[in-house]
Amino acid sequence: MVSSHGVSGMLGEDGIHVDMNHLKSGEVNMAINFKDGVILGADSRTTTGAYIANRVTDKLTQVHDTIWCCRSGSAADTQAVADIVSYHLNMYGVVNDEAPSTQVAASLFQELCYENKDALSAGIIIAGYDPRHGGQVYSIPLGGSLHKQSFAIGGSGSTYIYGYTDAHWKEQMTEQEGIDFVRSALSEAIKWDGSSGGVIRMVVLTNKGAVRHLYLPDNGYTGPGVTN
Amino acid sequence: MTSIGTGYDLSNSVFSPDGRNFQVEYAVKAVENGGTAVGIRCKDGVVLAVEKIITSKLLKPGANKRIASVDRHVGIVSAGLVPDGRHFVSRARDEASAWRSTYKAPIPTSALANRLGGYVQAYTLYSSVRPFGVTSIVGGWDSEAELAVDGQVGTGPKSGSGGKVEGTPAGGPGLYMIEPSGLYWGYYGAATGKGRQAAKAELEKLDLTSGNLSLLDGVKEAARIIYVAHEDSKDKEFELEMSWISSHEGPTKGRHEEVPKELREEAEKFARRALEGEDEEEEEKGQGEQMEE
Repeated sequence: MVSSHGVSGMLGEDGIHVDMNHLKSGEVNMAINFKDGVILGADSRTTTGAYIANRVTDKLTQVHDTIWCCRSGSAADTQAVADIVSYHLNMYGVVNDEAPSTQVAASLFQELCYENKDALSAGIIIAGYDPRHGGQVYSIPLGGSLHKQSFAIGGSGSTYIYGYTDAHWKEQMTEQEGIDFVRSALSEAIKWDGSSGGVIRMVVLTNKGAVRHLYLPDNGYTGPGVTN
Repeated sequence: MTSIGTGYDLSNSVFSPDGRNFQVEYAVKAVENGGTAVGIRCKDGVVLAVEKIITSKLLKPGANKRIASVDRHVGIVSAGLVPDGRHFVSRARDEASAWRSTYKAPIPTSALANRLGGYVQAYTLYSSVRPFGVTSIVGGWDSEAELAVDGQVGTGPKSGSGGKVEGTPAGGPGLYMIEPSGLYWGYYGAATGKGRQAAKAELEKLDLTSGNLSLLDGVKEAARIIYVAHEDSKDKEFELEMSWISSHEGPTKGRHEEVPKELREEAEKFARRALEGEDEEEEEKGQGEQMEE
């Protein structure tokens, strides 16, 4: 029986075939509201089965000036969805002569995720800042529903930090408190989840724009911090 | 080809040598025969009004509306060919609903005007179609409140979103007028149809640019302007139809609605009184001149 094992398995099932649908990214990520805006954070591991395809992945994707998203699930699917949304948001900004709100981004993401739910494997957290609405966090889990939350966690690693985030969450944190909250929550997820790891990347979105942060495992995720 | 005319007016999409599109100009003529329509952009809302000429005593009074709702917050009134106006409104509704299904939010008045302008313009390009025989006034109120994404679950932090800049301007009244060429502008006060010249003259007197006129005064003025514009075709009877869209704090709570009967009748009383006043002034003037002789 030559073809009994089929060709749909992940790497390792027959030792030869790699199903690109299973190139998973975003094994842990989150976004939170704080006093002056929002913070997004994610690990940097991309895997194909047991193999780490990329250990320094950037899962925080910009779709407009101050609207970003955390991608988890299939790398191919979430990249494609983010690209499409990014295109539409840029068009929106040009045609309507006004930057799109986070709501507009969230509804575009939801439309794509819901209408194509059978073909997609995508869990997306959207976080954005605009002066009128302040910082906002939306979560779109697998079926394509849309949830506005004070903070959201996603990816396989997030199961390990439901308790942690719930116990340590508080509203109206300062920027430093927010960064510490995200950093410690993500490092817990990385510690316990085998498919999360690498560095911690963050983006802080406020009235001042987008600021990137990086935290390395070498020093227990304490630095270097701001990178741009 | 017949021996009369240059032939440049027979088809759409054909320029005359001096750069005119005659079909579009003829469409404008159709508009100029239509009942007067006006729109006023007030401080706290928008008023639309139209002079509905009664073409038959057998028509039921108050029926056959000429102002249509496009979405909860937008209304359109047209002057010109009524069926063209109906088709135009139908397209506007499609645009508004398409916007809602992609963005899960109401369409901004400016975006609707933009899309309708594009639609009307396309009807000047092809030989298989004719331009719209209407000039339409689009009035709307864009919510000043923060809107949720339609269908979202949850509301975010109990203490509200952080980092809001207080006093960021958002929403407000919108008034646009779209002509058969597809040209559209935003207006403080717009008028079209048979009595547009008189109506425009009256609108200019209102000092709309300072943004002080209240919606209630706007309703009265709109009624008066339609009555003034009707002076030149006094032989025909007419009905006044009016609608309004107020701010969220106002009487319609951001929705496009017909002006209530009582208020409309009060406005019409005000309009008639204002006209009678003008007539008296003219008579007095006449007498004065006589005494000078």
